[in-house]
Amino acid sequence: MPQNEYIERHRKLYGRRLDYEERKRKKEARMPKERARKAQKLRGIKAKLFNKQRRLEKIQMKKNIMAHEEKKVKKQEQQAEEGALPHYLLERGIQSSAKVLTNMIKQKRKEKAGKWDVPLPKVRQQSDAEVFKVLKTGKSKRKAWKRMVTKVTFVGENFTRKPPKFERFIRPMGLRFNKAHVTHPELKATFHLPIIGVKKNPSSPMFTSLGVITKGTVIEVNISELGLVTQTGKVVWGKYAQVTNNPENDGVINAVLLV
Amino acid sequence: MSNKRQKMSANTDEKDEVPQTVQARFISEIGEEVGVPMHVPSDVTAEQLGLILNAVLENEEKIPYLFFADDKEIKVSLSKTIDLKLADTENVFDIVYQPQAIFKVRPVTRCSSSMPGHAEAVVSIGFSPNSLHLASGSGDTTVRLWDLNTETPLFTCTGHKQWVLCVVWSPDSKKLASACKAGVIIIWDPETGKQKGRSLTGHKKWIHGLSWEPYHQNPECRRLASAGSDGDIRIWDTVLGQCQLVLSSHAAAVTAVRWGGSGLIYSGSKDRTIKVWRGKDGALCRTMTGHAHWVNSLALNTDYVLRTGPFHPVHDRDKKYAQIAESEMKKMALERYTQVCPNGVESLVSCSDDFTLYLWKSDQTKCIARLTGHQNVVNDVKYSPDVKIIASASFDKSVKLWRASDGQFICTFRGHVQAVYTVAWSADSRLLVSGSKDSTLKVWSVQTKKLCQELPGHADEVFGVDWAPDGSRVASAGKDKVVKLWQY
Repeated sequence: MPQNEYIERHRKLYGRRLDYEERKRKKEARMPKERARKAQKLRGIKAKLFNKQRRLEKIQMKKNIMAHEEKKVKKQEQQAEEGALPHYLLERGIQSSAKVLTNMIKQKRKEKAGKWDVPLPKVRQQSDAEVFKVLKTGKSKRKAWKRMVTKVTFVGENFTRKPPKFERFIRPMGLRFNKAHVTHPELKATFHLPIIGVKKNPSSPMFTSLGVITKGTVIEVNISELGLVTQTGKVVWGKYAQVTNNPENDGVINAVLLV
Repeated sequence: MSNKRQKMSANTDEKDEVPQTVQARFISEIGEEVGVPMHVPSDVTAEQLGLILNAVLENEEKIPYLFFADDKEIKVSLSKTIDLKLADTENVFDIVYQPQAIFKVRPVTRCSSSMPGHAEAVVSIGFSPNSLHLASGSGDTTVRLWDLNTETPLFTCTGHKQWVLCVVWSPDSKKLASACKAGVIIIWDPETGKQKGRSLTGHKKWIHGLSWEPYHQNPECRRLASAGSDGDIRIWDTVLGQCQLVLSSHAAAVTAVRWGGSGLIYSGSKDRTIKVWRGKDGALCRTMTGHAHWVNSLALNTDYVLRTGPFHPVHDRDKKYAQIAESEMKKMALERYTQVCPNGVESLVSCSDDFTLYLWKSDQTKCIARLTGHQNVVNDVKYSPDVKIIASASFDKSVKLWRASDGQFICTFRGHVQAVYTVAWSADSRLLVSGSKDSTLKVWSVQTKKLCQELPGHADEVFGVDWAPDGSRVASAGKDKVVKLWQY
């Protein structure tokens, strides 16, 4: 029999001390305090090693607690969510589609008043001097009744120019636009849509009639490709949008749909 | 005036060239010759042909027929359908005839009532086979039963904890099975609106479809197959409330399940395969592959007769089904089934995310035809009740018709401005209703191949459409939380 197992032998022969369990429990109970004291007292590399070990222990303990809690938790009944979909649309990743404007009367009234809840309620006033450039005409260039529009314009398809003698406003070909990038705020998608007309330029009614498009202008766009339908089953094709950029600077028209 | 004269003279010229009479014979769809070849005037009309054929076949009741010459339907007269100048008039003409339903379903034209009640989008809807009940399942976790006589709510069945994704009636109309997103199936009694037996739990994910055992095999309507998104098909005993079999060999969600009339179970899955199982012991019979993407839906040629079981759309109003013995009803159901599928080989059609449909026979692993033409996901497919035409609804905003025998393309119905979700046939196979994302229903006429009726009224997407088996009305439901009934 090896010499070094005398403790085990003694234990087998005589058993443990009678208060062994009690002492062990107390020792274990005192252990955290002991360790806390030690953690405060230690300095230098020993402290570093000790703290590292202690941190890992704590992480492990937290993990254990979490695991136990998970086991204990009864499976909670999930509440039915909103926005039910049929089984054939589940897992299709359908983005929320825009609901069709239902209240047509309200829309009509707003239209009449020429007031819309617009994303850009206030924009800088465009002065006449900024929008129009005076063109000198006449043989000796002393007549100054002709104006050239220096902003982006929308010109309808059936527009024909008047003879130069009677044409007071020139809308340059290079600044004529007939398409706009329109963002649907609910769909969060942008479409390249044809413009139908300029509904309101906030600066002046004259700009509206001339079709001048500046920042904040409300334009009507053709949204038939979006496939929105009114309650009566008709396809919505004209809808208003507000211009959000300075088209004359950017060379494109960006707008947001008024829903 | 001169123009008219010219036309007249042209007409007479034509008559000089084409013979006054041609030899023709009638041939049924299967290719059986009827009667002897006979001389008929070249300008014989479809009605006249109908009279002749009814006389030849010695039909006691006059049956309406469709006539085809050279695969073209004779709509007005023979001479207008085929160019007799070019055709070989020496030979005997083959005129193929197709019987049509004796009864006619009138197209629905108006919304007779829109019934609010559900608190969330209505996702599923279905008429009972005897057309006396209507059930709808909604996102507010309830199933509602509606009184069709007064068009008012009858019962609200609460029990589910999640969206009710499908409601399916047993073929005897005495039970309603509903399945929810949590994977629980509940059987309801339509007379009381109470739950029957235990809830059937077992599926780990939601359920895409349910299918009852056919009536002619078991008039008790005990067994039910369910297609789970967890890839399992479970067969339940609804009386004991137990799961009898779990058929798990699909690698992805099972999207459709059908219990065929010859005891086979068909299932389509997102793992691109269609599997055929034996319903008795759950053995896998064959796997049909071909689709390149998810299989979205399946349709059997016997779908309509299996759904309606013994209930024929036309019956004696004095004769109550409740008084007929079960064995008699079983015989009626079997008779209807064998009429559609005499040799027990069913054909099925599957539609898929790969924009195609496949036509299969239940005894072959290879497909019969691949139907291409859709430009987007095909979501729904239905056989017409007379098993002549297949209708498919697609997200490319169109509904397409295909000939059921060989998958030949017939026509496209365009008119919806958004994805078409579902289609439903009328019992006489002459009309078709489609529900779409654009919030409208549209009724299409198969005869004229045109839009028959547009039914706006829903405020949002239409998720479910069903035509009552007796053809009296159409029910639709959608995202706007109301159930609408449409009538003539």
